[in-house]
Amino acid sequence: MWVLLLLPFVGLLWVPFYNFPEPMLLGFPFFYWYQLAWVPITSLLIWLAYRRRTPDEAPQISQKLERSKAP
Amino acid sequence: MADQIEWVALSIFVFFFALVTVMGFFAARWKSGPVSAHLDEWGLGGRQFGTWITWFLVGGDFYTAYTVIAVPALVYAVGAYGFFALPYTIIVYPFVFAVMPLLWKTAHANGHVTAADVVHGTYNSRGLELAVAITGMVATMPYIALQLIGMGVVIKAMGLSGELPIIAAFIVLALYTYSSGLRAPALIAFVKDIMIYIVVLVAVVIVPAKLGGYAAVFAAANDAFAAKGGATGLILKPSQMLPYATLALGSALAAFMYPHTLTGIFASKSADTIRKNAILLPAYTLLLGLIALLGYMAYAANIKVSTPNDVVPMLFKTLFPSWFAGFAFSAIAIGALVPAAVMSIGAANLFTRNVWKSYVDPTISHAGEAAVAKIASLVVKLGALAFTLFLPVQYALDLQLLGGLWILQTFPALVFGLFTRWFRAEGLLLGWAAGILWGSWTAWSNGLKPLATIDLGGVSYSFYVGLGALILNVVVAVIATVIVAIVAPSQTASARS
Repeated sequence: MWVLLLLPFVGLLWVPFYNFPEPMLLGFPFFYWYQLAWVPITSLLIWLAYRRRTPDEAPQISQKLERSKAP
Repeated sequence: MADQIEWVALSIFVFFFALVTVMGFFAARWKSGPVSAHLDEWGLGGRQFGTWITWFLVGGDFYTAYTVIAVPALVYAVGAYGFFALPYTIIVYPFVFAVMPLLWKTAHANGHVTAADVVHGTYNSRGLELAVAITGMVATMPYIALQLIGMGVVIKAMGLSGELPIIAAFIVLALYTYSSGLRAPALIAFVKDIMIYIVVLVAVVIVPAKLGGYAAVFAAANDAFAAKGGATGLILKPSQMLPYATLALGSALAAFMYPHTLTGIFASKSADTIRKNAILLPAYTLLLGLIALLGYMAYAANIKVSTPNDVVPMLFKTLFPSWFAGFAFSAIAIGALVPAAVMSIGAANLFTRNVWKSYVDPTISHAGEAAVAKIASLVVKLGALAFTLFLPVQYALDLQLLGGLWILQTFPALVFGLFTRWFRAEGLLLGWAAGILWGSWTAWSNGLKPLATIDLGGVSYSFYVGLGALILNVVVAVIATVIVAIVAPSQTASARS
């Protein structure tokens, strides 16, 4: 799960990976649309990490207990 | 800039300003709580803000009015390099998701209001608490001054001159922050952010349509940079790559160390509220990326400005009817009020909890804390106003840059304790001092540029000085902790209280 959260750091901080004008998309050079694309991707990755994290609040703990009671 | 007063734009501006003023005073009754009875009420809005209010509040005070002016201005001036704000405001969210819920839990369990409270609670060191508190207050002042400068830019664009409009706007802001506390900017943030979203979405659709599409916008900027030469262009020069990445990383780590962003975190209802916001807040980053492109659109629209800060107002004045320009300027000016209010509240909370309560009146009541904080918020804002009126604009810019470097040095003290109790207060304090001294000295001797340069094997590397200072900070903290642990092995023996 923590790897998901590290991906944006790798994708955006390794600049030589995206410092090009081509290929263009809708008039945007690669440098720009690549970085803009990381915005929704990062949201998605955090959402995935959020769904897979161990719950810490009371209602979810009780759910877990109920589940453990099931055979 | 035209000097005649733009009456239509000005009327719209005055209307929205009056609207948010009324809302600011009304906010004291919103989500009713005894505002003056407890610092949790005045300074944290009752610790009850859910996902949406937190989204508007943090979005409203993290993406400041100054950003709307300064990011396109930098992009206009240098091109791709100015875009570092985009990776910065993306990678900040995985960090927020991983760290801020833990910080919230610690603060919530112990009734902490500020970062320095958390540090004192973890290390029981008055010295480290004071270091974090003073760094927060000092770093915030020039940041508030920048908001005023941003507001000044749009007021000037409407043809008003002199300092009276700014003083008037600020007195209004000071009064409703005084009476309503954090509830005022939280409520106003709704109006501000919706206005900014409308302005930007209209601009990024209509402006390229008028100018011949995004391809034409980028082509015009490319031609302008080719003519201009130097370290400008649509992509980064090889020598700019490391500065770009280190600025993005350093800024991202510093962003949620500031009192105003932390106030938004502490004011939220639950750790889950913060996690959901880490997923939802990047919507503002998309907006920021589009705002940054306004700098290139200025080239396509053949706009000539005397200073890059005038790029955004000139673009709106040139391409839009007066009423929409007025709406856009109101959005930017109101956009200055929200962060300015939250910043002054964050600084006031620090002063009250970590200076006044720790050193002047340890037995202060909850109502007493709220009263001190209210006065402190006025003093902070007057200080920022004096800053803008009496000192050159460049001082505020330079100090804000140094402020980012300074606030980043509180990172180890605030964040490491959430994961390990290995570090000692003495070590963290020494690391903080080393980072601040080396960073300030390096930035100062480079003519207040945020970059430091080192030579390794004949090749010189430039990087963000704040990140270098943070690395030094951590190294010193580790070494000093090891030494202290040898000299005084037991935790209690080394704790200073």
